[in-house]
Amino acid sequence: MRVNCILSVDHLSMRFGGIVAVNDLSFTAERRKITALIGPNGAGKTTVFNCITGFYKPSGGTMRLTHDDGRAIQLERLNDFRISKQAKVARTFQNIRLFPGMTALENLMVAQHNALMRASGLTFLGLIGAPSWRTAEKRAIDLATLWLKRIGLLDRADDAAGNLPYGDQRRLEIARAMCTEPALLCLDEPAAGLNARESAGLSELLLSIRDDHGASILLIEHDMSVVMEISDHVVVMDYGVKIAEGSPREVRDDPRVIAAYLGADEEEAIAVMESGT
Amino acid sequence: MTGERVTAPTLEPASASRGSIAAFIFKKALISALVALVLFSLMIGIRTEAGPTGQLIYWTRFPELAGMVAAVFAGSIAVELLRLWWGPVGTVMVVPPKVQSALALARRAIAPLLLIFTFLVPVIFYQQRYILDLGILVLTYVMLGWGLNVVVGLAGLLDLGYVAFYAVGAYSYALLATNFGLSFWICLPLAGILAALWGVMLGFPVLRLRGDYLAIVTLAFGEIIRLVIINWQSLTGGPNGVSGIPRPTLFGIPLTPADDGLAAKLGIEFSPTHRIVFLFYLILALALLTNWVTIRLRRLPIGRAWEALREDEVACRALGINITTTKLTAFATGAMFGGFAGAFFATRQGFISPESFTFQESALVLAIVVLGGMGSQLGVALAALAMIGGFELFRGLDQYRMLVFGVAMVLLMIWRPRGLIGHRAPTVYLEHSQAISSDLVKEGHG
Repeated sequence: MRVNCILSVDHLSMRFGGIVAVNDLSFTAERRKITALIGPNGAGKTTVFNCITGFYKPSGGTMRLTHDDGRAIQLERLNDFRISKQAKVARTFQNIRLFPGMTALENLMVAQHNALMRASGLTFLGLIGAPSWRTAEKRAIDLATLWLKRIGLLDRADDAAGNLPYGDQRRLEIARAMCTEPALLCLDEPAAGLNARESAGLSELLLSIRDDHGASILLIEHDMSVVMEISDHVVVMDYGVKIAEGSPREVRDDPRVIAAYLGADEEEAIAVMESGT
Repeated sequence: MTGERVTAPTLEPASASRGSIAAFIFKKALISALVALVLFSLMIGIRTEAGPTGQLIYWTRFPELAGMVAAVFAGSIAVELLRLWWGPVGTVMVVPPKVQSALALARRAIAPLLLIFTFLVPVIFYQQRYILDLGILVLTYVMLGWGLNVVVGLAGLLDLGYVAFYAVGAYSYALLATNFGLSFWICLPLAGILAALWGVMLGFPVLRLRGDYLAIVTLAFGEIIRLVIINWQSLTGGPNGVSGIPRPTLFGIPLTPADDGLAAKLGIEFSPTHRIVFLFYLILALALLTNWVTIRLRRLPIGRAWEALREDEVACRALGINITTTKLTAFATGAMFGGFAGAFFATRQGFISPESFTFQESALVLAIVVLGGMGSQLGVALAALAMIGGFELFRGLDQYRMLVFGVAMVLLMIWRPRGLIGHRAPTVYLEHSQAISSDLVKEGHG
């Protein structure tokens, strides 16, 4: 069990003054699986994300990330950019945060910053145009091209990211996160604002990231069709605590989940949950 | 601009009557005139002066006031008519392909042509010392602009104290040369390194600041450096400055009438213009070095990280980019070029004092960067030419040249709010490089 789980969150708490956003939350995310974190608005999902990705320092609890080679990292001890650089945790944002004035290709090049910094000899080798730098840069462009092809944006590689349609921006942000070559990919509502066709495309992309790239995915999502279709494991939160977890089917039938989503009226809730699948 | 205009159909008021437009223009002009009347009634309408015994003498100047208000009235009508002629905001100009390709060619050709012309300036204007001196001045500001462009244009960090690094560079060279007799070519890199160190020192405390707060702290830093220079008399000579700074040598060969001078060695007659020409090419080389390094850096991960930082700092952190070192390198790089320019300034002048490093210099360099279009190398060069060269050009206009300057600024605000060259060129491309409109490019937040 321990070997198979990439992320284990234990007794995580996050308080903002008197408000307890996350209270004693424990869950695990398995390696090469898609774990979904769901819950009603204000349940504390994004706060959990911000703790895992180092944007918040948790008030208590531990988060252990175990890499393929058995190397374990306590995420709460790392801060800021080191979560991405050393722990290899990448994330996307609820409201898209691309670099709008840079092209799609440039966005993916920025994502490879740390690898390219090493290759450019901390800029000095790059400044004199050393051959090793040139090959590294070419490799980086190849990786970016590969991802542009995967998300179907190859023909818009040289367009400003801010000019792309909303759905394309969502996919580009995922591709940018993947260009950091992460072990754990955290997606904050990737299907928000997408139409049915785009959502289906997104599901396909996430499954292929899991299967072809061996990345583990942690997902916050409100679109139940996406959650139910692709998740291997679902954790349900409400008011900062975990109220249920299990396979999508188990969670869907859990009365506590239904109650959390739609108050006490279970029949109505069941109808909505089933229409989502 | 030639070509017809296409207006989005919704923007065109459906057969707006001429009468209502005329009434609108008239009303607007009337309001402008009224505001002018209130403003100028005290500024122009009444003239005050201290009399011979200290009492207050005042007299009225109503004709001048009336003239001014009338001018504002007429000007307002003219501006509105101009706007009407231009069409509503958002009008797209349809330029014929022939003109478009000609414009594109002109845009591509302007940089090389400008460069060739700059190289030929000392040849063409060999006899005109004034032009050569002006050229050196313009190139100094081009270099300062390019240096500050790294910090403000690329990394999006508003730095109001850039002159501090210019001062550090100048005093580094002046003190090292006068106290230890080090040559210009040894001092030049040292001045750059020292200025870069000061850049890092400034960078550390301001890392957490953004926007207005960053601007204020950098402004204070610029003033602190100047005050230290004024008050540390034993080292810097205080307000008296440092004099007798050695002139640069051509790799050890002095440009003097002496027997070991360049003129004697080449067997030509000595002329003081030789040194001016040498200085011209020296600053040209330094400026081009700045430009070359900046262009290279933009295509390296560090340069892309600077621009990404300007676009979105939070996203940078999520991608594992170390914000601290990225900001510090931007400060250090910009400061280093400022230091080089400072060393050049010291060797050109032969004398430096704190008066040369006032806030006005910082503001001028920042204005050049903003005017040129943040991040654009060519824009900055053109802006420096316009600001420094243009200012000299209008010297004949006396006190009115500030007025011309103000009018130019207002026109620029209306038509080019993001600087002369507002669009951004991508640093890497797969198929073809297409300029990114300034609407998408962020200005940075501090």
